[in-house]
Amino acid sequence: MADAHDGPDNGENAGTAVARQDDHDAPAPAVAVVRADRIPNPGFPPERLRVTDLDPKKAKQAERTISVLFFLSVIGSVLAVAAYILFPIEEGDPSTIRLNNMLIGVGITLGLLGIGIGAVHWSKALMHGHEEVEQRHPTRGSDESRERAVEIFREANAESGFTRRSLVRNSLIGALVATPIPAIALFRDLAPAEDPVALLKQTMWETGTRLARDPSGTPIKASEVTIGSAFHVIPEGLAELESHRLEEKAKAAVLLMRLPVDELNEREDRADWSYDGIVAYSKICTHVGCPVALYEQQTHHLLCPCHQSQFDVANHCEVIFGPAARPLPQLPITVDEEGYLVAKSDFTEPVGPSFWERQL
Amino acid sequence: MRFTGWAANYVDERTSASTAVKALGRKIFPDHWSFMLGEVALYSFIVILLSGTFLTFFFDPSMTEVEYSGSYVPLQGIPMSVAYHSSLDISFEIRGGLLMRQVHHWAALLFVAAIGLHMLRVFFTGAFRKPRELNWIVGFLLFVMAMALGFTGYSLPDDLLSGNGLRIIDGMIKAVPVAGAWISYLLFGDEFPGTDIIPRLYVLHIMLLPAITIALIGIHMVLLVVNKHTQFAAPGRTNDNVVGSPVLPGFAAKAGGFFFLVFGVIVLIASFFTINPIWNYGPYDPSPVSAGTQPDWYIGFADGALRLIPPNLDFVDPFGFTWAFGVLIPLVGLLVFLAAVGLYPFFEAWVTGDRREHHIAERPRNAPTRTAIGAAGVTFYAALWAAASSDLIATHFRLSIEGVILALQVATVFGPFVAYFITKRVCLALQRKDREIALHGFESGRIVRLPGGEYIEVHEQLDDFERWKLVSFDEYQPIMIRPNDQGKITVNQRVRATLSRWFFEDRIAPVTQNELESQKH
Ligand code: HEM
Ligand code: FES
Repeated sequence: MADAHDGPDNGENAGTAVARQDDHDAPAPAVAVVRADRIPNPGFPPERLRVTDLDPKKAKQAERTISVLFFLSVIGSVLAVAAYILFPIEEGDPSTIRLNNMLIGVGITLGLLGIGIGAVHWSKALMHGHEEVEQRHPTRGSDESRERAVEIFREANAESGFTRRSLVRNSLIGALVATPIPAIALFRDLAPAEDPVALLKQTMWETGTRLARDPSGTPIKASEVTIGSAFHVIPEGLAELESHRLEEKAKAAVLLMRLPVDELNEREDRADWSYDGIVAYSKICTHVGCPVALYEQQTHHLLCPCHQSQFDVANHCEVIFGPAARPLPQLPITVDEEGYLVAKSDFTEPVGPSFWERQL
Repeated sequence: MRFTGWAANYVDERTSASTAVKALGRKIFPDHWSFMLGEVALYSFIVILLSGTFLTFFFDPSMTEVEYSGSYVPLQGIPMSVAYHSSLDISFEIRGGLLMRQVHHWAALLFVAAIGLHMLRVFFTGAFRKPRELNWIVGFLLFVMAMALGFTGYSLPDDLLSGNGLRIIDGMIKAVPVAGAWISYLLFGDEFPGTDIIPRLYVLHIMLLPAITIALIGIHMVLLVVNKHTQFAAPGRTNDNVVGSPVLPGFAAKAGGFFFLVFGVIVLIASFFTINPIWNYGPYDPSPVSAGTQPDWYIGFADGALRLIPPNLDFVDPFGFTWAFGVLIPLVGLLVFLAAVGLYPFFEAWVTGDRREHHIAERPRNAPTRTAIGAAGVTFYAALWAAASSDLIATHFRLSIEGVILALQVATVFGPFVAYFITKRVCLALQRKDREIALHGFESGRIVRLPGGEYIEVHEQLDDFERWKLVSFDEYQPIMIRPNDQGKITVNQRVRATLSRWFFEDRIAPVTQNELESQKH
């Protein structure tokens, strides 16, 4: 039996009969090297008996152990129901939840493990132990069935004229290709009719919108922003929105920081976008959109906790580390006559992650 | 007994069930611990189905905003979606609800882990070779399904973390050239986050994806029965037989018992260890985020890939359109990696030109090149996976985040080559050692003194049964270039021959009978 499977592609063994007709420019196939002096398969080793095969007392003992395990399983299931009834959850007391969770769980666990350990032990210790052998056959169908299959297709083809009547066939294929198209079209109304690109390019900020605290919505006075401090900001009115509150917030969230004026490097064209060292930048990461929530006072760095992009507030929030695509957009701000910080306009570029039509 | 006989007859006369019992009842299944990994995956999937069905009776996927009024005091009065509210209710108002959520989540983690390990077992033993290539594809699709199910499930409770995960997905989708903004808009039914995404993911999570998964598992099992299981080489086992225990009773008892063991262990873990404490995170809000949070482990490699890309890779083409390479490169890289995993069996079959059926699971050392390729793939995956925890690594070991990222970038690019090289050497060394032992036996630890006064250690010879495992592997030759019908040598052929030579270089031949005999004299 030993060498039955190590011949080269000679068509005799399991699965070797598929000739190489599929591949005309195939080089000589790699083959297992056959050596005449291969070491032969020694055949099955003598069987080793288990203690339970040799000693009826041990077998009896295993039988007892297994049934005890099954009984334990019953007890476990009963315990789980008992815990369900006896240990209810009481409002405002988290420890009752933990207890309920644990005791029901332990009961069910016992119910399951009792069966599991018992059944495995049964099969290992008591069930007929020695291995059995089954022959394999090549996976391909027998020659007769293959021939018959080919014949069936040929007959079906002849009777239907599938190849012969090419006009019928091709028009059918055309029809089948066309039918799913309405199904695709029907998905258009997954979203409203508006153009998402226009929406992505605007936020709730307008000229004169006050900067307000997130989440309370109270406006912020320039005088409240001390050097070194940072505010999480939303446009005033956002907290009161009836609809689309989260959608607007997902674009309009802003971070407000005050740096000593001499440490702030401002681009010339943005010189009037800040107020007395107070700058406002979009909080939405230009990588894939997480909130850039961590501000390091000493270094003036903003850190996005999602993939660790770092932005330098002192240098118009340029990316100094991490995968972000570009600096955070700056919100031009000033103060109104009451001393509240207000936006001078909306952002001048789309906030958040890149998208195809971002520039146009 | 009379009743059983009657019932069996009743059923058979209406279904011919006896034919199935005859065909399958005594089918032989070989035994090896590594064959249980697939079973763990199957059983944890059943646990997922059971616990998930329980959850559907209480979970409400609506994103309508409500105010929390449940018994968890810190969140009372806070606005949140119905989905988050109902997840909290499952945890805090329904007896055993928290347990089922935790069973579901732990089982999901185990499910993906078991599939991954099972795939590695199949890969490293060459069990994907003919006739099992198609079943490899089915298994690979199951792996993809598992990740998709896991991700959609993770998003359902609509807590801060799940919303952030969705926001990252949204950012990645937006990067897709031409249609990105539109795909995102259609998927979310509005601008991110909208109020449709959770109900939509819910349908995918509890209907479409499970249905596909169950169908794939069905195909996987049918092909398993048709192909029969592989077995490791052992005395008496050949490529033409299967040796093991029959389905009834031995295998069924062991496998059935094992199901209860897996189920029991999952429930045990769920009773004592909290997973995904959504009440700590709060409802989704686009503004706050907490540092140091992690996606479920199987999403890590994708998250890591996002982290390793250097900054400022956006490119605006002359028409004014944005190519977000910072996102596209990792995205395409991951897809290529997954495709390579799925298609590997066809690559190897092409390179080796091997068209025979293989039913003996190879020992990894006996296919050094494949094992080394596998090790390279594992290293690549592991480096990406580690990158998903770059911030935790940095804070935990007090390293700079820049240093950690740089090290992982290096590991991702060069690590696979190093792993390939080392693994190949190790395999060859192990093969040489096998030869040595097959020929000379092993050191017995017994020292004897020869009459001449020198000391030697006695080598104990193996018996034929023990030796078989070490000598029974196949030896291959690379394919050679041969002109085709037109007498030409194509480029395709040259590439193939070169790859084949690379694949089979440094072969070590198994010990032969002659060598063994000359050794004995
Ligand atoms: C292999 C398949 C599956 C995987 C990997 C998976 C994974 C997950 C995960 C990770 C969660 C989040 C759990 C949490 O709240 O901590 C989840 C939630 C959920 N899953 Fe699945 N799941 C699978 C199949 C199913 C099926 C088949 C059903 C229904 C029959 C289901 C029903 C649910 C429900 C209702 C939730 C929300 C429950 C909640 O958040 O409290 N899942 N799933
Ligand atoms: S989303 Fe900010 S770094 Fe990825």
